[in-house]
Amino acid sequence: MSKVLILAEHNGSQINQSTAKVLTAAKQLNADAIDVVLFAGDAALASQVASLNGVNAVKFVQCADNHDQLAASIAPTVAELGKDYTHVWGPSTTFGKDVMPRVAALLGVNQVSDVMEVIDATTFKRPIYAGNAIITVKTDTAQIVATVRTASFAAEKAMDGSAAINESNLENAASHTTYVSLSSGNSDRPDLQTASKVISGGRGVGSEENFKIVYDLADKIGAATGASRAAVDAGYVPNDMQVGQTGKIIAPDLYMCFGISGAIQHLTGIKDAGTIVAINKDADAPIFEVADVGLVGDLFKIIPEMMEKL
Amino acid sequence: MKILVAIKRVVDYNVRVQVKPDGSGVATDGVKMSINPFDEIAIEEALRIKEQGKADEVVVVTIGSNDSQQQLRTAMAMGADRAILVESAGPVQPLQAAQVLLKVIEDEQPGLVITGKQAIDDDNNQTPQMLATLWNRPQATFASKVEFVGDNQLQVTREVDAGLETIQVELPAVVSTDLRLNEPRFVKLPDIMKAKKKPLDVKTMGDVLPDAQGVAIEVIQHESPQPRQKGVMVESVDELIEILKDKGLVS
Ligand SMILES: Cc1cc2nc3c(=O)[nH]c(=O)nc-3n(C[C@H](O)[C@H](O)[C@H](O)COP(=O)(O)OP(=O)(O)OC[C@H]3O[C@@H](n4cnc5c(N)ncnc54)[C@H](O)[C@@H]3O)c2cc1C
Ligand SMILES: Nc1ncnc2c1ncn2[C@@H]1O[C@H](COP(=O)(O)O)[C@@H](O)[C@H]1O
Repeated sequence: MSKVLILAEHNGSQINQSTAKVLTAAKQLNADAIDVVLFAGDAALASQVASLNGVNAVKFVQCADNHDQLAASIAPTVAELGKDYTHVWGPSTTFGKDVMPRVAALLGVNQVSDVMEVIDATTFKRPIYAGNAIITVKTDTAQIVATVRTASFAAEKAMDGSAAINESNLENAASHTTYVSLSSGNSDRPDLQTASKVISGGRGVGSEENFKIVYDLADKIGAATGASRAAVDAGYVPNDMQVGQTGKIIAPDLYMCFGISGAIQHLTGIKDAGTIVAINKDADAPIFEVADVGLVGDLFKIIPEMMEKL
Repeated sequence: MKILVAIKRVVDYNVRVQVKPDGSGVATDGVKMSINPFDEIAIEEALRIKEQGKADEVVVVTIGSNDSQQQLRTAMAMGADRAILVESAGPVQPLQAAQVLLKVIEDEQPGLVITGKQAIDDDNNQTPQMLATLWNRPQATFASKVEFVGDNQLQVTREVDAGLETIQVELPAVVSTDLRLNEPRFVKLPDIMKAKKKPLDVKTMGDVLPDAQGVAIEVIQHESPQPRQKGVMVESVDELIEILKDKGLVS
């Protein structure tokens, strides 16, 4: 029978929702036990994980000096613990993508990247070619190392768990790699990856200053803000707003985009959105092929009108 | 210092791939093939480091079919000095690719290895991390800026979900590129001619890696993604707002 080890993600003060999403996916394996390994400095985070419904035990590995974010420092411990499990899973976020292949290499297996559906304990579906094809894969190695495509699973919400917490200290932190700093385009708006509503702008918005109207509309309806790669490349917005194949894969109830043409690399990031609304002045823009509601027009007229009428 | 760049031949990013009707794969006959876009960025970064005088040779390597020679020639037309093809009959999964690359590293002794962050065919995003692990060297994935600190350290800015993270790694190391690291140069006609004369060494998988470790993941079936339901076009903001209100998406 299956025993799952999940790698938890956090930002120092909060457990990332990706952990609860991996948990939802792991539950579909019908496992005997689901344990979570957490690398952090703050014990309060271990309690957060312990209260998630369905977690059997939390392996809390204390780390100093930000080693909790460094793949080379934590992967050996994940792999060592992982030997007692049939599945070692992490989120398909930049954190999980950095660490999990190292774990897979240490365990001598290929990784199943971006699991979007669990068929049984050894069979999974995952997207390739930016989501233009879906493959069913099977692997029955002693450990199945995988990352979970977070947009495909709802986060486990119940916090009625009371998992045991086993504490240890990080050994063999990497000396060849040092964490220097993190700069985030932090805003007070909802988090792009978990928000139920997202408003995005593309190259059509035209400048950093013009993005203000996109932010205003987002604030009006309580949405997070996103962008296309072209808008990020042009310097209109920070990189953490990018949605798509190489940005964030999101699944909000509402995705409303202005001045985005709808390149496949962008669409792969939003295909699980509930309702896609597109506003573009070009009636032939490919975004209209996937939009649930489309409106042809100039975003500089439409946004002010929406501000007035909402 | 020598820089090794790993590249992969993939279906061009502008092609919308189609799953074959029998689900056995995606149609690639007659489809335009290119260097994986992230790998083109890796080549460009290596060339820029060489042009700054921090490296003296750029070697490109790929594991793939004999047709991959085209992509190696393009890399040499961009400016790479020489190329290595490790010829393999079928597709190679990341753990095996990493083992082959490690063998090449043992021969070539590069001071820096640059790869793409993911190959846009299988979207695996694993090979560089696995290579760094097997090589027992640091990794700096999803790089959007690479700067030397002295001769044997790199400061790398990484594109992460939370924003931009900076780490420092000791060389030798593996760096994987993100899209904003640089804009690859265009290849000029005379350079294509020159590239034909540059050395391209062809080896076989069996020679380079006679004892591959680990099993491949079995691919059972390919299918097309579920299409979204056809949407509606509205004529006015009023209509749009009405639909959003009906669905309870705005109040
Ligand atoms: C390997 C790879 C990975 C990539 N990953 C991503 C990714 O993760 N995310 C991503 O987004 N892209 C990604 N891209 C880039 C992608 O191919 C497109 O180039 C990009 O999405 C285009 O952004 P855009 O729609 O904002 O710009 P454009 O394609 O230039 O479209 C701008 C649109 O704005 C409209 N417009 C202009 N003015 C107005 C106005 N006043 N009112 C209304 N509409 C207006 C125009 O009609 C046009 O349709 C990737 C590319 C590659 C090669
Ligand atoms: N067959 C291959 N030959 C050479 N390099 C490869 C190969 N496969 C993957 N890579 C390198 O590893 C990176 C990530 O690939 P992947 O892990 O397959 O997404 C690519 O961008 C390449 O730089």
